[in-house]
Amino acid sequence: MAKPASKSTARKSAPAKKAAAPKSPAEDLDFVLHSLQEEHAKSPRYKAKDEELLKLYEQMLLIRRFEERAGQLYGLGLIGGFCHLYIGQEAVAVGLQSALTEGLDSVITGYRDHGHMLAYGIDPKVIMAELTGREAGISKGKGGSMHMFSTEHRFYGGHGIVGAQVSLGGGLALGHQYRGDGGLCLAYFGDGAANQGQVYETMNMASLWKLPIVFAIENNQYAMGTSTARSSAETEFYRRGTAFRIPGMDVNGMDVLEVRQAAEVAFRHVREGNGPVLMELNTYRYRGHSMSDPAKYRTREEVQDQREHNDPIERAKKELLERGKSEDDLKDIDKRIRAQVSESADFAENSPEPEPAELYTDVLVESY
Amino acid sequence: MALELKMPALSPTMEEGTLAKWLVKEGDSVSAGDILAEIETDKATMEFGAVDEGTIGKIVVPEGTENVKVGEVIATMAGEGGDEAPADAGSTQAVKDVPGEGKDVGRDEPGEPPLAKEPKAEPARDPEVPEGTAMTTVTVREALRDAMAEEMRSDDRVFVMGEEVAQYQGAYKVTQGLLDEFGPKRVIDTPITEYGFAGIGTGAAMGGLRPIVEFMTFNFAMQAIDHIINSAAKTNYMSGGQMRCPVVFRGPNGAASRVGAQHSQNYGPWYASVPGLIVIAPYDAADAKGLLKAAIRSEDPVVFLENELVYGRSFEVPDLEDWVLPIGKARIVREGSDVTIVSYSIGVGLALEAAETLAGEGIDAEVIDLRTLRPLDKEAILASLAKTNRLIIAEEGWPTCSIASEVVTICMEEGFDHLDAPVLRVCDEDVPLPYAANLEKLALIDAPRIVAAARKVCYRD
Ligand SMILES: Cc1ncc(C[n+]2csc(CCOP(=O)(O)OP(=O)(O)O)c2C)c(N)n1
Ligand SMILES: [Mg+2]
Repeated sequence: MAKPASKSTARKSAPAKKAAAPKSPAEDLDFVLHSLQEEHAKSPRYKAKDEELLKLYEQMLLIRRFEERAGQLYGLGLIGGFCHLYIGQEAVAVGLQSALTEGLDSVITGYRDHGHMLAYGIDPKVIMAELTGREAGISKGKGGSMHMFSTEHRFYGGHGIVGAQVSLGGGLALGHQYRGDGGLCLAYFGDGAANQGQVYETMNMASLWKLPIVFAIENNQYAMGTSTARSSAETEFYRRGTAFRIPGMDVNGMDVLEVRQAAEVAFRHVREGNGPVLMELNTYRYRGHSMSDPAKYRTREEVQDQREHNDPIERAKKELLERGKSEDDLKDIDKRIRAQVSESADFAENSPEPEPAELYTDVLVESY
Repeated sequence: MALELKMPALSPTMEEGTLAKWLVKEGDSVSAGDILAEIETDKATMEFGAVDEGTIGKIVVPEGTENVKVGEVIATMAGEGGDEAPADAGSTQAVKDVPGEGKDVGRDEPGEPPLAKEPKAEPARDPEVPEGTAMTTVTVREALRDAMAEEMRSDDRVFVMGEEVAQYQGAYKVTQGLLDEFGPKRVIDTPITEYGFAGIGTGAAMGGLRPIVEFMTFNFAMQAIDHIINSAAKTNYMSGGQMRCPVVFRGPNGAASRVGAQHSQNYGPWYASVPGLIVIAPYDAADAKGLLKAAIRSEDPVVFLENELVYGRSFEVPDLEDWVLPIGKARIVREGSDVTIVSYSIGVGLALEAAETLAGEGIDAEVIDLRTLRPLDKEAILASLAKTNRLIIAEEGWPTCSIASEVVTICMEEGFDHLDAPVLRVCDEDVPLPYAANLEKLALIDAPRIVAAARKVCYRD
């Protein structure tokens, strides 16, 4: 059986064993470290209304189709440099993002950022146009795929240096606390990034100062060609906050409703002023790390197995069909999304390159 | 609706390829993402995947067919994807294996990327090479690998560590084959923890080993710069010469191709400003090999700056058992009498190209490759200036507080009497590197800009 699901199933029995000798929260000094996980285990899946599930499905499908098209444009030479696709991981961004308060909470991530931006409702056209390096791109073509931002949507990037977004996220959270606006920061990073030192410096301060931040580790099992087992002494990433007294949650990131429910639990804890939560979202990237990747570090069968048994979009689709949606309805949705993606690709291909004078703008804000 | 599956392009420059293998047969139903076929070119094998679900109709081009043109229909598919499906219903999947290009970026850029073009002008033969020595053509990538392998064979204190250096064979394939030969004790894959492993490498050097610390690129060494400067560079001095730190920090430096501001920076001037460090930035394969061997043997901490766009270029390397070059010596890569062009790293190729153009205009340029940025070979610069009386510096990097600024200072302080014209800097534009293709090209130095500056100091513009 494929890994992410089995990993969380296997682990769910562990807290249960501990529960054999129940301690009251007052006796159990570590209660807070596992209480969220237990709360989530009681009711792991979000009880989505039909329209809600449909919306989550559409968002995931938009990411999938967008990324497939980005891959094609890369093959055609319209996108250059790096291009890190989010295919396979859609349920993570969509599930988490859907539980945020729009216009209040902030989000920050690394270079694998197209999916997060789409989940945030940012126009696919300006994202695609950034990938092709055009004037109409969200960073005027100056950032590229790894460096995209939308302060309007409180999306703070899009960062190319592995791990940097975690401490920056701590700063965004400090801002929420400082202003007392009730918002939180959702900081995404990878299993590889989880080994950077600044991550732990940030965790310590975030816990010490009770910053409203959710550390969301997207464990897609590889950092470029390195599996978690080869890079990490502790591969149960949800435990990585224990030393800083940050509660951990181990979540099946291939099921959008599980992700959503876990987010409900985590965000509530943070919003109540209890400080950070660390979520490990177990997921899988289907494509290479960037566009070219010798992919000798894993077998084709492993990838195929994930796609067949764990695909988040297929899972949601199946559930929608069980709930009475017709194949035709879903086809219409796919058609509409394909049209939207095609439109964004055409837009990205046809908008002009930045004016040469743009080279010198935006270096500094003021003139001196 | 029937869809046509067309021969995909692995890269924008690919025109044809071999349809190596079909992984589906007629009548198979496939879903988006399934691998349909393997395509081969001389450079790589690529998987071709379905973008839509549907049923494979007819396989038009059988497996094993060579010279299949890009865009040729290779199969048809009865699709269910609706009419929005793109005409080419397949997409190129992960590129499986491009020798030496298993890097993060992926492939060469379409058209002519600003710096990636291989210049025709070759550096002149190094006078260090004894007369009559046989030469072998190797890439810079191979030369660097050979240097490490030779030093590892002769000194068991030498080991390599860094991200993806062992099992993946190096993010840019520079450490290819080292794991096989030397095993995991001496070729160590690290997690993504630059600060930590730079410290471990530095500490190991203090304790008597000879670590080679690879940074996937020098952009990531900024996470680790504290150890390079505070721990490695200053230790010998602070200990009154007691505690040495013979570590080599190496990896690609400078702009690559379309990877944006955070991944495109030349740190030469940064490290070259630090007493206690040796900083080397070679251009061709012979220098890469001879200087890396020297760096590994040095008792001092060395920052060894390579360039991703140069890794694949081939040059002649002397067929000598132990080719080691002196650190701190520049090299005249083209002799001339009218103007001196000082450069290093990728800039040398551009300077040589500019010199060719200038020769056509009757300007005889001398090109100097600094090779070592600290200590800088002042004598070589001043001797050339004394000969040509005009000097420009070509540097792929920002102009402010650059190596170019330093060379200008040397000319002012010690070469003033020889100057017939002001010394000019030809550097990148003073902005973070943009991603857009047109802006990136505008931002980076090129041969025409070097030519223009040379004309100017010769009063020929
Ligand atoms: C500080 C730093 N070191 C190295 C890199 C090169 N690099 C880019 S992505 C990556 C792997 C990161 O893996 P992970 O955190 O698991 O995220 P994923 O790519 O799986 O989403 C590496 C090593 C970088 N960008 N920054
Ligand atoms: Mg990962």
